[in-house]
Amino acid sequence: MLSFEFILNALVAGLLLGGFYAALSAGLSLSFGLLDVVNIAHPAFILFGSYLTFYVNEHFGVDPIIAGLVFAVPAYFVGVAVYRIYYNSFEKTGAESLRGLVFFFGLFFLIEVILIITFGVDYRLVRAFYIGKSTSIGPVGIAFRLFVPFLVGGILATVLYLFLTKTFFGRAIMGVAQDSLAVQLMGVDPIRIKTVAFGIGIATAVIAGSLLIIIGPVEPTIGREYIGRVFAVTVLGGLGSMTGTLVGALILGVAESFTSSFFGPSWALAVSFGILLICLAVRPSGLFGR
Amino acid sequence: MGRIIRHVILGFALLLAVSIAFTPAAQAAKEVKIGFSMALTGPLGPAGKAALLAMEIWRDDVNAKGGLLGRKVKLVYYDDQTKPANVPGIYAKLLDVDKVDFIVSGYGTNLIVPALPIAMERGMVFMGLFGLDANAKFKYNNYFQIMPAGPDPIVDWSVGFFELAAKQKPRPKTIALLSADSEFARNAVNGARRNAKKYGFKVVYDQRYPFPGTSDFTPILRAVKAANPDLFYVGSYPGGSVGIVKAAHEIGLEPKLFGGGMVGLQYTAIQMNLGKLLNGITNYWFWAPEKTLKFPGIEAFLAKYQKEAPKQKLDPLGYYLPPFAYAYVQVLGQAIEATKSFDQAKIGAYIRNNTHSTVVGNVKFGKNGEWATSRTFQVQLQDITSNKMSEFSKEGKMVVLYPEEFKSGNLIYPYAKGK
Repeated sequence: MLSFEFILNALVAGLLLGGFYAALSAGLSLSFGLLDVVNIAHPAFILFGSYLTFYVNEHFGVDPIIAGLVFAVPAYFVGVAVYRIYYNSFEKTGAESLRGLVFFFGLFFLIEVILIITFGVDYRLVRAFYIGKSTSIGPVGIAFRLFVPFLVGGILATVLYLFLTKTFFGRAIMGVAQDSLAVQLMGVDPIRIKTVAFGIGIATAVIAGSLLIIIGPVEPTIGREYIGRVFAVTVLGGLGSMTGTLVGALILGVAESFTSSFFGPSWALAVSFGILLICLAVRPSGLFGR
Repeated sequence: MGRIIRHVILGFALLLAVSIAFTPAAQAAKEVKIGFSMALTGPLGPAGKAALLAMEIWRDDVNAKGGLLGRKVKLVYYDDQTKPANVPGIYAKLLDVDKVDFIVSGYGTNLIVPALPIAMERGMVFMGLFGLDANAKFKYNNYFQIMPAGPDPIVDWSVGFFELAAKQKPRPKTIALLSADSEFARNAVNGARRNAKKYGFKVVYDQRYPFPGTSDFTPILRAVKAANPDLFYVGSYPGGSVGIVKAAHEIGLEPKLFGGGMVGLQYTAIQMNLGKLLNGITNYWFWAPEKTLKFPGIEAFLAKYQKEAPKQKLDPLGYYLPPFAYAYVQVLGQAIEATKSFDQAKIGAYIRNNTHSTVVGNVKFGKNGEWATSRTFQVQLQDITSNKMSEFSKEGKMVVLYPEEFKSGNLIYPYAKGK
């Protein structure tokens, strides 16, 4: 059972899964990791993206990835509006810690109810030419259903990393995360920066939603399954680090895959969260946290 | 003058009597209230909503004929969100606040078990909707469960799969077992484990996967493939079933017989998405449009259901749960009519001692309120050529292989040949 081929396939499956987790968590890494906004509704926005993708795929045959990218644009503006409400109602008055959390919980359930009313409670799936097909590179089998989300997730994390480190706006976001007052003294409006960053976070959530529905069927409450996982990836990687998010996601993906392959799938989640706990005990700021 | 006053008083009294007679409270007293929790959201929400529609069709059918013993039927229900923790509170409210006359269960083992102690405590008849051996520990004599699993449900549920496997030549020798980590799936695979022992198949893989929480089944199925089983029995929920079927195709997993206890393959949306990937899978089934399964009333019921389901965005064909959701309240209604009583003990005794003609065929309850004899079909999906819905409403696509009495075709063996 412990052949080289088997180990290699488990590793590749884990990396593919990790890439998908990175896509799910990238937006949260921006909002929670950098801006300190506990957007517990992030998985609901992901699911919202899944349903938008489902709609255009079902009715117009649009490819899920293209649908995700197109819907990311209006999603950005939704994110901007949500942050404005959050800022004016909670952050501005210093009431963001508990009431802000309740706000995002409320938003989570609101999105679920909207999805139930609009799309019903049935399972929804999409079709694309690459779903259900696979290829082999030597002894390694690769399912396109998992490879496409891995690829898009990796590109998404890389683009966000380059944006945050190489552009003025990205550096401004990092600056706000480090010292909001210092950025303000340099003539930059931190609220505007945070608004844009939150909008980008929601846009990436919608792209991640299109990946989620490629991997498997969705129903309106499935977002709850991912709350723990996306926060675990963000915390494991280190708050505010996009590299950390990618590495953390890959570690959890590989850990799940190896556990499922060698010790049985029922241990997979326990091992993943065990790794998170050990990491936090040894390095409380996460792998790449400052 | 006194005569006029008497007439005025009489007039007011009549007016008062008429108005009282037509108050909502008086109308409500004439209704038979049937209370239940139902999974209208959450993982079992899609099937739960379809079940509710079926129950509403039954209510309308009964009320169109004048109700039960002259009283109109009213359904009182709350969404349990597929959370067992919500169930006891819902039934307490139904009985103590809504004052329902009867209670029936929500959908699924996990949602039935928390309600059973309440039904027992109040001495009420409790019709169950798709509980797998839910009454095994309680042994409540007024519990009756409509899923045709049989008197020993955990074992009978999968016996058809093993009967089919045992008849093949050369006889398969090994089996892999995989289940979702939930009560229903665990029970299904526990039964399969016992059957594997009984039929002499060696278990070479036996694992559970986290439910919910498993996004990718590829590593799991690679481990199954490495164990090289002849048979692969799966107990899974819809999301997992889709993931398992796709991953099996992606990694080229080809046991000789594949399927067993996969929930979701019976849902039209999932069938339309998986299409040809379903070919060759042998799985449990409860109803299919096969010539051997044309029970009295089933087609009339499905016509009503299929007219309404698209409006409510529900499973458009409704072959899986809806006929049984209709049948379990149909049995209760027939018992009330037959006993001419609302007495729980009399109704319970009637249901226990008689055979009931329903849209899912003749139902006779036995030990622990389960069907006296098992009628869980094993169906093989054959000759599916497209993803269109019409493909799944045709005869010959979901071929009944077991039990013999309802057989509508032959098994294509091994699985790879039927793919």
